[in-house]
Amino acid sequence: MEDIEKTFETKELTISMGPQHPATHGVLRLVLTLQGETVVKCMPYVGYLHRGVEKLGENRTYFSALPLSDRLDYISSMNNNVGYVNAVEKLFGIEAPERAKFIRTMVSEMGRVSSHIIWLGTHVLDIGATTPFLYAFREREVIMDLFEMLCGARLTVSYPRVGGVRNDISQEFLDQLYEFVLDFPSKMDDYETLVTENRIWKDRTVGIGVISAEEAVNWGLTGGMLRGSGVDYDVRKYAPYDAYDKVEFDIPIGKNGDCYDRYLVRMEEMRQANRIIKQCIEKLPAGPVMADAPKFTLPPKDLVLKDMEHLIHQFILITKGPTLPEGEIYMGTEVPKGELGFYFVSDGTGKPYRMRVRAPSFVHASVLPRLSEGGMIADVIANIGTIDIVLGECDR
Amino acid sequence: MEPLEIAEKIKGMFPDEVLDIREFRGQVSVTLRKNRIRDIARYLHDSPDLYFDYLIDVCGVDYLGKKEKRFEVVYHLYSIKHRRAIRLKAEVGEEDPTIDSVVPVWIGANWHEREAFDLYGIRFIGHPDLRRILMPEDWEGHPLRKDYPLRGPAKEWRGFEAVLEKSRRFKDYEWHG
Repeated sequence: MEDIEKTFETKELTISMGPQHPATHGVLRLVLTLQGETVVKCMPYVGYLHRGVEKLGENRTYFSALPLSDRLDYISSMNNNVGYVNAVEKLFGIEAPERAKFIRTMVSEMGRVSSHIIWLGTHVLDIGATTPFLYAFREREVIMDLFEMLCGARLTVSYPRVGGVRNDISQEFLDQLYEFVLDFPSKMDDYETLVTENRIWKDRTVGIGVISAEEAVNWGLTGGMLRGSGVDYDVRKYAPYDAYDKVEFDIPIGKNGDCYDRYLVRMEEMRQANRIIKQCIEKLPAGPVMADAPKFTLPPKDLVLKDMEHLIHQFILITKGPTLPEGEIYMGTEVPKGELGFYFVSDGTGKPYRMRVRAPSFVHASVLPRLSEGGMIADVIANIGTIDIVLGECDR
Repeated sequence: MEPLEIAEKIKGMFPDEVLDIREFRGQVSVTLRKNRIRDIARYLHDSPDLYFDYLIDVCGVDYLGKKEKRFEVVYHLYSIKHRRAIRLKAEVGEEDPTIDSVVPVWIGANWHEREAFDLYGIRFIGHPDLRRILMPEDWEGHPLRKDYPLRGPAKEWRGFEAVLEKSRRFKDYEWHG
C-alpha cells in the first residue's frame, strides 16, 4: 500500500469554491489549496454582498436606519431589530415599558428558534440527510406565519421600534403561539431521533473543526461557536437586556469544541428558547407598549393620521431626528449567530456620526481557515455549516 | 473594579500615553496615543486582575474637521472572567495613518483590522495579511471616509464594465449556429 502511495505523483491543486456553491450558504467564496483530498490552505473571500450599511446608516436618522438592520442577518431579522433598538435606546437614555420588553424577548426567541431551525436543516442537508431539512421548514413556516400576523411581514419585520414595539399583540397571536410552544418539544424530539445518534452524522461531525476554549475566546467567537468549546459567555446572562433577567433559562455549553458539540449546544438552545417564550406568554404584564418619551419616540400612527401636531412631530423626527448629547455607546445583544453589537458615535445631531455593526458572522467566517486547514475537503462543508454564517451580516 | 478604576490603572501604568478618560451612559472610553498600543493591549490581556481576553471589536472612526487627529481606531474589550468592558481609542493622524496591529495579542483582530484598512485606509503595522476585504481589491478610495461621497459617479466601476462587456459579447455569440 505504501509503495503505491509513493509511486503516485500528487501536486497541489487550487480550486475556487463559491461564490455560487450551494453549500456555502450564500455568497461565500473559498480558495482551497488541496493536496489530494487534504486542505493545505483555505482562504475565504467575502464582500460579494457589501451594501455599505454603515455608510447608509450615517446618512439617515436613527428612526429611518432601523430597516437597514433587517437586512443584516435576514433570516432572523427580529433579533437584529431588537439589537438595534436596544442600542439606540441606550444612546437616547430611554427605556421601553415592561410589556414591550417582554414582547421583544418573546419575538427575539422566536427569531432564535427560526434561525436555528434553518441552521439545522441546511447543516444536516449539506452532510447528506434530507429529511430533517423538510421537517425544519415546516416549523419555520409556523413562526413566519406568526410574524406575519404580528406585523404583516415575514422576513424583514421592523417590528420593534425605538422605545417599544410597533403595535400591541393580539390574543389570537398569543393563543396560536402558545399552541406552537406546547407542541414544539415533540418536534424537537423528531429532529433528535433523526440526527443526534445517527451514525453517519456522528462520523461526519465528532472531532471535526475542533477549537479549544482559550483559542475560541482569542478569536473573538461568540454564540454557539464559543459555548460549544465550553465557555459559558452569553450576553443574555452577562449583561441582560429587555426581560432576560426576569425569565429563567440555562446556558448549554459543550465540552470538546467540535461540530457535534456545537450541534448539541444549538439544539438545547432551541429548547431553552422555547422555555423563554412560554414564560414570556405566561408572565406578560399589561400596560403600554411604547415609552412615554415624546422627544425620542415616534407618535402612534392613528394619531399621526388624524392630528396635525403629531404629523409634524413624526415628520421632524424622521427627517431631522432628535437632539442628543454628544457621546458614544456600544451595546451587544445575543442574536442566534452570536454577539451582535452596535457602536454609535453621536455628535449631537439626529443622525449617527458613526454607526458600526459588530457582526458575529464576520468573525466566524474569519475562523474558517483555522477549522479547515489540515482536514479533508469534505469537512470544509461541515465547518461551513457549523459556523452558521449569513453573508448579509458578514458583508454588511 | 469599576470601569473608571481600570482606566485610572491604565493611566498609572502608561501615564504618557493616556490623553483622556471619559464616561458616558456608564461606559468608559480611554483615549490613547497610538505609539504603544500593542504594549497596552498586551498589558490588558495578560495582567491577571484585568484579563481582557475577549476583543469584541476593532473599528475606525473618521473625525474629518472635528478633531486635530483625523482618525480614531476604537477597540472594545471584554473580560469574560471578570465581566467587565472597556473601550480604548487610539488617535491616528491623517498624514501618517499607521498604527501597530494587535493581531499578536488577539488573533480575532485580523479581519476587523483588514476592514478598517479597507474602509478608512488606516494601515496596521505587523498585520499578517493586510488586504482589502469588503471592497474589490482594485477599488480606489476608502468608502467610509467622510469625504467619500454617498452616491458614486454615474460611470460604472471598471470591474463591472468588464462583466457587462463580457455579457454583450456572449449575447452576440451564435450558440446554435
